[in-house]
Parts: sequence; structure tokens; C-alpha cells
Amino acid sequence: MSAATPRCAGWLLATPALLGLLVFVALPFVLAVVLAFTNLRLGSPLPLEFVGLEQFRRIFTDPAFTRALLNNALFVLVVVPLQTLLALALALLLQRRMRGRVVFRTLFFLPVVFPLSLIAVVWVLIYAPGPEGMMNSFLALVSGGAWDARDFLRDPWLALPAIMLTSLWQGAGFQMVILLAGLQAIPGELYEAAAIDGAGRLQRLWYVTLPQLRNTLIFTVLVTTILAFRLFDQVQIMTRGGPRHASTTVMFEAVQAAFTRQQVASGAAMTVVLFTVVLLITGLQRRVARQVREVA
Amino acid sequence: MNGRVQHAVARLLGYIGLLIVLALVLAPIAFMVAGSLKPDARVLVEAGGLAAFLPAGASLDNYRDVFARVAFPRYLFNSLFISALIVIGGLVVNSLAGYAFARLAWRGRDVLFSLVLVVMIVPLEAIAVPLFYQVTLFGWRDTYLVQILPFVANAFSIYLFYTFFLGLPRELEEAARLDGAGVLRTFLMIILPNSRPVFATVAILTFLTQWGAFMWPLLVTSGEAVRPLPLAIATFYTLPPLQWGDIFAFGVMMVAPILVVFLVFQRWFVRGVATTGIKG
Repeated sequence: MSAATPRCAGWLLATPALLGLLVFVALPFVLAVVLAFTNLRLGSPLPLEFVGLEQFRRIFTDPAFTRALLNNALFVLVVVPLQTLLALALALLLQRRMRGRVVFRTLFFLPVVFPLSLIAVVWVLIYAPGPEGMMNSFLALVSGGAWDARDFLRDPWLALPAIMLTSLWQGAGFQMVILLAGLQAIPGELYEAAAIDGAGRLQRLWYVTLPQLRNTLIFTVLVTTILAFRLFDQVQIMTRGGPRHASTTVMFEAVQAAFTRQQVASGAAMTVVLFTVVLLITGLQRRVARQVREVA
Repeated sequence: MNGRVQHAVARLLGYIGLLIVLALVLAPIAFMVAGSLKPDARVLVEAGGLAAFLPAGASLDNYRDVFARVAFPRYLFNSLFISALIVIGGLVVNSLAGYAFARLAWRGRDVLFSLVLVVMIVPLEAIAVPLFYQVTLFGWRDTYLVQILPFVANAFSIYLFYTFFLGLPRELEEAARLDGAGVLRTFLMIILPNSRPVFATVAILTFLTQWGAFMWPLLVTSGEAVRPLPLAIATFYTLPPLQWGDIFAFGVMMVAPILVVFLVFQRWFVRGVATTGIKG
């Protein structure tokens, strides 16, 4: 009798997790969408009502929010290509059999285990204003003294790039480990066949390694892009979005709206925009990855 | 001959490149560790030269100051307690769900699984605002519960368990079934011992994420009683007097536990992170 699987066993095993996802992800997600179409504001004398797309009209005409969207987009455009190239170069160099390979890999991965908040605090001091600051001294050194000391985190042109560099420092090792695993999954016969055909190092890289690595590359680009749109911790700790919104992000603005200004509906609308962007990027990635599979 | 020389030069250049990147990666960490050991006043003054990385006149004074100025053990306990419960609870509920989706036949399974895949895309950031008001309604603000329960069930963990269980040979379970073992017994006696890699992967990924959790605790906690380390260091660094030696000592103590775990289970960390990529 007990050999037959009872019909309800699957339900019973899945219920705790499904209940959790329902209450703590699905429900708030539906609420976020619903709230975004209302005028909910804590302490407001106005009655709660549906206002259609009003919140979206408002946030897209709010200079702080549009600046936040632009900043997130800039972040992606700068950090994603740089980090991918750096991680790919490191992975290719570490793929070869060489002395100290494991040590290199371990140390490059080290920043990944550091909590973002700690990294942000340490980099605040690295960016200390004045010529004795670490970053200022470093730039003066490599520029042969041509660099004038700047206050990075309070400079409208440098605050966002400063956060970008911090993220690059932390994220490259993460991406490298994924790419390295992708490289090791490429069958050795492919390289042997290419070598027999007389392909040189660069040709093997171009015709074997990169096409084989394409799905892994697309995945790491997707993850880095989504992380860039979720950017919050470093902004909160290092610059509070300033100076004058120069380093603000969508999530920072959403928290400001919903919690500092009590404009719940407005904050919800911002997070709905954030989710839409994430959804579009994920959809795009799946599409590109599928095409690659069909071509291959 | 020429080719061999070229090869050797390329190798050497590669090595030099790796060493330069390594120096840049390690510099902030060395800065923190050295700074945590020297007198507060010297940390900023010496930041511009090689002295930044050398703990001349090292002492543990800063570490003592941290304990004198804030309730570090309390924050450490909070972080460990919250992360550990999320990891353990998550391993239990998500592995059971992954197994149900991968191996058992039940009504509504396929529809629910596609919903899990949808939920997987929703980042915490996208739901933080309503979730905050939801837990406020429940009366959960400023508790451990509010930092634990919402993160136990995790769609991505379910997905990782699901794909792993799909790959296990069915014969294992069939033998157990013939011997009269029930579903739960089969899972515990047969599946569990054969699935250590996926449990390790999920545990490590969950721990890594939760140990660094910052935004959610910032929103839902206010007192020090239940606040975790990432939030505590952000507050500590704004706490006058600004003493960088103390801040760095706090940082070193905060990263030490996870660093130990990382160095001991390194192979699993790397594999865990790598599998998330390959499966994508």
C-alpha cells in the first residue's frame, strides 16, 4: 500500500515553500502594481482612490527620478562592458595551466564575499578629499603629478563614476568565476581540431572559445545588468544620491519617496518601473540565448 | 624558435597583468586590515602612500574601542542567527518543493512551477514598498521574524533543487519504493545523501546574500536589538567621533566569519557561483 504515491504528497511537500512565495513575493508584487495606480500617501487628507496613470506621469516628469533612470542606464553602459572585458581577460589568463592559478582565483574572488555595506564604507575613505587621500594620491602618481585632488563623492561629475569603480572592483571576480567555469566546460577536442586545422591562438579564441562561451557571456551580462538596476546600498552609504541627484538611482528614489516622503503610491510606481526594466532585460536575454542555440 | 619566444613573452605579459590586477584587488583590503591595527589619527594621514598598507606600531586598541563603543557581539549574533535560520529553513522547504516539482505527480504541478519561474524574476527591490506595509500590518517591525520569514521560501533555490533532482537516476527511488518506503522516507534516505552538492550550493548562495542584507533591515528595524552587521557598520561609520581605525576594526571583524567559511569551503563557493551561471 505505501508503495503507491499518494496523490496529495506533492502538494504537501510543496506547500510550505509555495505559501511563502505567495505571501511574501506574489502578494506584495500584486499590491505594488495596484498601489502604483492609486494616490496613497500616508497622512494625506485626500480619500484613497484610483488615479490611473497619474503616478507614472508624475515620476517621469520628476527630474530626480529621470536622473535616476539615466544614472542606472549609464551605470549599465559603463560597468557592464568594462567588467565583462576584465573578467573575460582574467578568466582566459587563469584558464591556462600555470603556477599559482588557484591562489589567483581565490584572491580575485575575495571581494565577492565582502558585504556591500562594508565595501562602501571602506571606499568612502579611499575617496577621501585632499591630496593625502588614497585615490587622489594614486591618480597623482599615475598621472605624474598632473592630477589635482578632488572630493570624489561630493563632485557632481565624479560621484557616480566613483560608485561605478567600487562596483567594478567587487563584481569582476564574481563574473570571472562564472566565465572560468564556462571555459572549462568547452570540450578539449574542439581546440585539438582547430589546432590540426592550423588555427593560431587568436583564431582559436575567436572561432572556438567565444562562440562556445556565448551563452555564459550573455548570462553574466544579464546578471550584471540587473544588479546595476537594483543599485542601492552603495548609494545610500557613500553619497545619499547626491550631490543634487548626481548619483541617485531608481531604488534610492523609490525608498526616498515611499519612506522619507511617505508617498507610497509614487514609490510603488517607481518599483514597478524597476521591475518592468528587469523583465525586459530578462526577456531580451532569453531571446538572444535562444537564437544562439538555434544557430549553433 | 620564434614562435616559442613569442609564446614565452605572451605568458610573461599575462603574468604581469594578473599581478597588477591582483594588487588593485587587494589594495582596499590591505588598507582596511592595516588601518584596523594602527592609531586612528594615522589612518587618513598615511592613506596616500605605501604606509597605508603597513600597520606600523600595530595594536589591538581599535578592536577594544569597537567593543567599548557599540554592542558588536549583539550585532554579530543577530547576523548569525538571522542568516542561519534563513539557510536552514530554506534548505528544508525549498528542497522539498524542488523534489515535489521534479519527481512527484500532482494536480496543478506544471502551472505552479511556471509561476515559480515567474516569481524568480521578481527582485526584492520591486516588492519592498508593499512588503514593508504588509509586515507593518502584521505587527512584525523590529523583530527577527520580519528579517527571516520572508526570505525562507526562495524561487531560485527551488529551481536549483529542481534541476539537480531531475538529473538523479530514477532507479534509486524505484528500489526504495519497492521496499515499501513512503515519499518522505525516500526523500530522506535516498535523495538527501545523493544531493550534497546542491544543498551546499544553495546554502552558500543563501548565506552570502543574507550576510550582506542591508536594504530590508534598514527599512524594517530601528533599534540595535535586532539589527544585523551590515546596517550596524553603516551607522557606526556615522557615529561621532569619526575614528577610521575603529571603523576598519569593525569591518575586519564583520568579514572575518564569512572569510573563514569561504577559505574552508572555497571549492564549494566557486562551484556554487559557477553553477548559477552554467544553468542560466
